[in-house]
Amino acid sequence: MEANIAVPTDKKDIWNGGGGKPFGASYGKMMMWYFILSDALTFSGFLAAYGLTRFKFIDTWPIADEVFTHVPFVHGDFPMIYVAIMTFILIFSSVTMVLAVDAGHQMKKNKVAWYMFATIIGGIIFVGSQAWEWNTFIKGSYGAVKTTEGKLLQFVKDGKQIALADFVIGNRTDGRVQHTKKNGLWFEEEGTIANYSVAQVIQAYNANPEIQVRTELIDLDKKQKTILSREAGAAMLARTDRVVEGANLEENEYGNTIFADAFFFITGFHGFHVVSGIAINIIIFFNVILGTYEKRGHYEMVEKVGLYWHFVDLVWVFVFTFFYLV
Amino acid sequence: MAHAHESNTKRIWIVFGILSFITIVEVYLGILKPAALHLQGMGTSWLNWIFIILTLAKAYGIAWVFMHLEGEKKWLRRTIVWSAVFLISYLVTLFLFEGSYIFDTLSPLVKW
Repeated sequence: MEANIAVPTDKKDIWNGGGGKPFGASYGKMMMWYFILSDALTFSGFLAAYGLTRFKFIDTWPIADEVFTHVPFVHGDFPMIYVAIMTFILIFSSVTMVLAVDAGHQMKKNKVAWYMFATIIGGIIFVGSQAWEWNTFIKGSYGAVKTTEGKLLQFVKDGKQIALADFVIGNRTDGRVQHTKKNGLWFEEEGTIANYSVAQVIQAYNANPEIQVRTELIDLDKKQKTILSREAGAAMLARTDRVVEGANLEENEYGNTIFADAFFFITGFHGFHVVSGIAINIIIFFNVILGTYEKRGHYEMVEKVGLYWHFVDLVWVFVFTFFYLV
Repeated sequence: MAHAHESNTKRIWIVFGILSFITIVEVYLGILKPAALHLQGMGTSWLNWIFIILTLAKAYGIAWVFMHLEGEKKWLRRTIVWSAVFLISYLVTLFLFEGSYIFDTLSPLVKW
């Protein structure tokens, strides 16, 4: 009967207050692990939802290496290079983190501090890169037009995508003014209007016989987007009603609306984790410098934030694969 | 932890080398997209299978060495890994089946 009585006997049921350590792990470390587990399930939910949406639009989904082709300070077409660099930065900051933990086991305060510092710098560079990536994505680089039923049409020359600015001449000519709260309905406003009108784009298309229209539809034999003939392209263009430049939550020049939504949501949620990871790392960094853990006699706190930081890296590995590679 | 006070620095750098090498291979294949791997496959393209397997290998490296799961008690490790593996495979399986069902149902209604 005594086994059922809720009175502390051998102190195993008071966990951190007593000496009991289930699974040989301290309370903090175990709870960090279970937090990571639940967070991993949240991220899986997002990535699985991304997978569902992608399977739903499997014949029209944007091709990632046609979308993410830019590298800062360099002109030209470099698919995936920049994300790969970002991946390296994050993996490297994971290495400095694990080196900090390792130095902590040997009670080398200065080493721990320096490695923590390197980790924080790596994290900041990563978040900065992410911000640049978002900025490029939001601004867009080519521009497209959209039909009344929501199909997106891009323009190609010799099989390579070209920007509207490359073949549409001059500024917007139809005198369209951006609707703000000051010049229209006081309770409504619209975003930045496109640089060109649909009529201008169609006129430029008709004037340049070497330009063709590319639709979202993927040719499954070649795994490339379908390029229409000049006549079919003109017929499709006749059904367009707006020019799309860049990306937001409602439309984007890359293809399916939900592609950009998922991009913002998943990389944004990951970026938020990186930011909070940096904040926690900074706190722990100062604690290390102040000698908090030296006095405590162990650096387990560094190990626990390390777990979180590695987890952020782990998630990025999956985001990298499912967003950029597959 | 079993090896609390000995330094694992060398091992950490080796694992970093492996993870970097895998990433380079992934990016190289992703840019090159060899037709034999990209256009054929089972279920999805061979290339996608390679990417997914390499990703799981990277995840293993990070979780076992960097997050030091290898040094934890067996059942702590299992509460974490098994929970994640079972729940995630269940979720992903259902979602992907559902996604292709929606595609099969809706895509004939869209005219291109």
